[in-house]
Amino acid sequence: MKHRYLPMTEQDKQQMLEVIGVPSVENLFNDIPESVRFQGEYDIKPAKSEPALMKELSKLASKNADLKNYASFLGAGVYDHYSPVIVDHVLSRSEFYTAYTPYQPEISQGELQAIFEYQTMICEMTGMDVANSSMYDGGTALAEAAMLASGHTRRKKILISAAVHPESREVVKTYAKGQRVEVIEIPFKDGVTDLAALKELAKDDIAGVIVQYPNFFGRIEPLKEMEEIIHGVKSMFIVSSNPLALGALTPPGALGADIVTGDAQPFGIPAAFGGPHCGYFAVTNKLVRKVPGRLVGQTVDENGKRGFVLTLQAREQHIRRDKATSNICSNQALNALAASVAMTALGKKGVKEMAVNNIQKAYYAKKAIKEKGIEVVFEGPSFNEFVIKLPASYQEINQSLFEKEIIGGFDLGTVYPQLKDHMLVAVTELRTKEEIDALAQELGDQHE
Amino acid sequence: MNNQDQSLIFEISTSGRIGYSLPEMDVEEISLEEIFPAEYIRQEEAELPEVSELDIMRHYTALSKRNHGVDSGFYPLGSCTMKYNPKINENVARFNGFAHIHPYQDPATVQGALELLFDLQEHLTEITGMDQVTLQPAAGAHGEWTGLMMIRAFHEANGDTARTKVIVPDSAHGTNPASATVAGLETITVKSDENGLVDLEDLKRVVGSDTAALMLTNPNTLGLFEENILEMATLVHDAGGKLYYDGANLNAVLSKARPGDMGFDVVHLNLHKTFTGPHGGGGPGSGPVGVKSDLIPYLPKPLVVKRDEQFMLDYDRPQSIGRVKPYYGNFGINVRAYTYIRSMGPDGLKAVTENAVINANYMMRRLEPYFDLPYNRHCKHEFVLSGRRQKKLGVRTLDIAKRLLDFGYHPPTIYFPLNVEEGMMIEPTETESKETLDAFIDAMIQIAKEAEETPEIVQEAPHTTVIKRLDETLAARKPVLRYQA
Repeated sequence: MKHRYLPMTEQDKQQMLEVIGVPSVENLFNDIPESVRFQGEYDIKPAKSEPALMKELSKLASKNADLKNYASFLGAGVYDHYSPVIVDHVLSRSEFYTAYTPYQPEISQGELQAIFEYQTMICEMTGMDVANSSMYDGGTALAEAAMLASGHTRRKKILISAAVHPESREVVKTYAKGQRVEVIEIPFKDGVTDLAALKELAKDDIAGVIVQYPNFFGRIEPLKEMEEIIHGVKSMFIVSSNPLALGALTPPGALGADIVTGDAQPFGIPAAFGGPHCGYFAVTNKLVRKVPGRLVGQTVDENGKRGFVLTLQAREQHIRRDKATSNICSNQALNALAASVAMTALGKKGVKEMAVNNIQKAYYAKKAIKEKGIEVVFEGPSFNEFVIKLPASYQEINQSLFEKEIIGGFDLGTVYPQLKDHMLVAVTELRTKEEIDALAQELGDQHE
Repeated sequence: MNNQDQSLIFEISTSGRIGYSLPEMDVEEISLEEIFPAEYIRQEEAELPEVSELDIMRHYTALSKRNHGVDSGFYPLGSCTMKYNPKINENVARFNGFAHIHPYQDPATVQGALELLFDLQEHLTEITGMDQVTLQPAAGAHGEWTGLMMIRAFHEANGDTARTKVIVPDSAHGTNPASATVAGLETITVKSDENGLVDLEDLKRVVGSDTAALMLTNPNTLGLFEENILEMATLVHDAGGKLYYDGANLNAVLSKARPGDMGFDVVHLNLHKTFTGPHGGGGPGSGPVGVKSDLIPYLPKPLVVKRDEQFMLDYDRPQSIGRVKPYYGNFGINVRAYTYIRSMGPDGLKAVTENAVINANYMMRRLEPYFDLPYNRHCKHEFVLSGRRQKKLGVRTLDIAKRLLDFGYHPPTIYFPLNVEEGMMIEPTETESKETLDAFIDAMIQIAKEAEETPEIVQEAPHTTVIKRLDETLAARKPVLRYQA
């Protein structure tokens, strides 16, 4: 067996077996009971050479309609954004991607410092005091926030707005089942969380209240009013945010949030069919010792030189074992690096400009679609998404758009029965006027 | 490695510089004041750096030089399977049709992606000997929790609500008990015997009508195969419990033993370990879970299925534990793992394990005269040495690890598993050559000699890194977790 990843020659093997003191490699597996010893080889596809496999997988990839060749108006949590070309050049430095968790700080200062910078940028975007080094994604980050709130307040009920991402809500519910926490939904009204319902549901046995800002329909939630209600019952205020939107919007940290989570995917991370993305997790100072996952902290070495280490590890599973409140170990470090590089490239001015451009383009699209006689529902202040009522069935419209090389927005009817044949349209800075006009035109044509 | 003091990106920021190139604004603009109430318009800008593109590239290049990866040098970090990360994986994962597709596209427009996922499920089903695999979990610990949630759902569906205990060996990774807690179950520890294996008598003592599951890593974290696995499986199954396989060490048994054949009901894999993920500086990983048929109804949703030659996402799973993650798992990592499996084929995967096990046993035998070997028998893909002999000379395992840095190596996993004093867990993997192993062995032998003759060289290590040992107490006592100007 010769393979480019396997350097052991026949001669090496003989020499090594001799040192070990066994005649054959089989002897090293004698401790596996005969009855469970796997005989022969797996019944899987045979190996392919590098060029043949490249060809096959390239063909397989080209069976998919991709966002580089279609104009996409799909968002709903995953967005097609400008990703500075430099991001992939940094990620391709194999000192980063072939390393693991920085357990040995003396030879991992690069990763540790990059994460420290990432934590700082997330704090800046969200207006929070502390951010961890990443979570799997926005959905599981939100679930961990709910569990933190329950543990911290010793209360067993969580309120979650129905205008939070439907899949995140489902993930929260699965985690809650594990911890025997009850999850109660707050209905929405006119596209935003129903404040009257929130007031009614917010009792002093509620551990935390979760809202999304901008919410699943793209609308800005009245965080200020919510904060008063939620803190009024000493409940924790948890906000899930698209971090890009916070380039233009007042960050939740400035509006009283206790925990802010979300997904950094808009910053330099490709859609990749839904993952890997990068959950972020930010809290106020008083919660620093309750944060799940890894934290990088600054310190000094024996000579007083600045350096970085994994810190406050007493919170984590490898120390606390069954007393740990989160089991996260591997996280999304490489994607946190991608987000850092993208945030660095955008910088102070670019992040605002990009956020504002999203708003401008989305508002232009809203207007262009309305001019074609299509109804925009849930009208009100929004970021880069909005909801339209389709002039025909979702399937019909989506198919006709696809024929024009347009990927239509999200089918809201699949998760909100009352919104059958409503489409959630996302318009990022990458969509050109021409593409937006084509979308409006096609929708208009269907209307007639 | 670069010896210069390294600035933070914020410290090289200069007002007025930019590093971006946003698309042209080709639509009319409206002012934010027209759209948003004043209190929702951001007043204070986020203090992100202001740097040029070259500044960025130099900064991160400098950081990368202060980081050790598998491509930099040997990385025998036990239990982490730091093998070579094939470059073809990176290229394939970046194809437009894989990197730039949206999870909510019409399934008819992403048949290639679904086909890959389905085929990967099939391959992993065969490799593990299970009946069905889900690719949803994002990492190993996430897979553990998913598996335990399914076991809990299974017992509850059978009215077996008193099964709340998960038995975990004392040598287990910390995520095992933590995952049990997060799944709402309690942990009981079972002891290891003098051979480093699960103590059967102790297992008999703890197993019972309250047993939800026994979680095992096999080979265990000492690198030893649990040869009583069949007796253990019978004990647990007879008591009505389920057997959970932690796939962290699957690299040791590819084509040699399948969890499904050993009696396991649930298994999770770490695709970033055995199947060359890569490790990414701590992630992203991917933690697929395989189950036997009686647990299939509880798998998280959706599942990738094939019906009438079409690949689909099946959401109609009424007994499912629900969603464990938005969308369909860490697809990009799954693409890499699939590419790897297809590069190796059945004979390649068999050679992976054989060579990994030969490498580990070879190193163990060559190092045995110089360090204590608490469990002296053939190991699998890794082995654990004890530094207690050196400790008597005033040299701790931590010192040995730091001294290895001077030789350009990433040290082994240290002080784990917890049942070995001054433990050093060494996993060479199959992608390292004999020359690399020999050079590392020579370094270890030299350090053992230094411990006897010039212990201060070891105690004061590292000597050549960009930074000396860091004050971790200070970091924890006065946490500085972000830059502030």
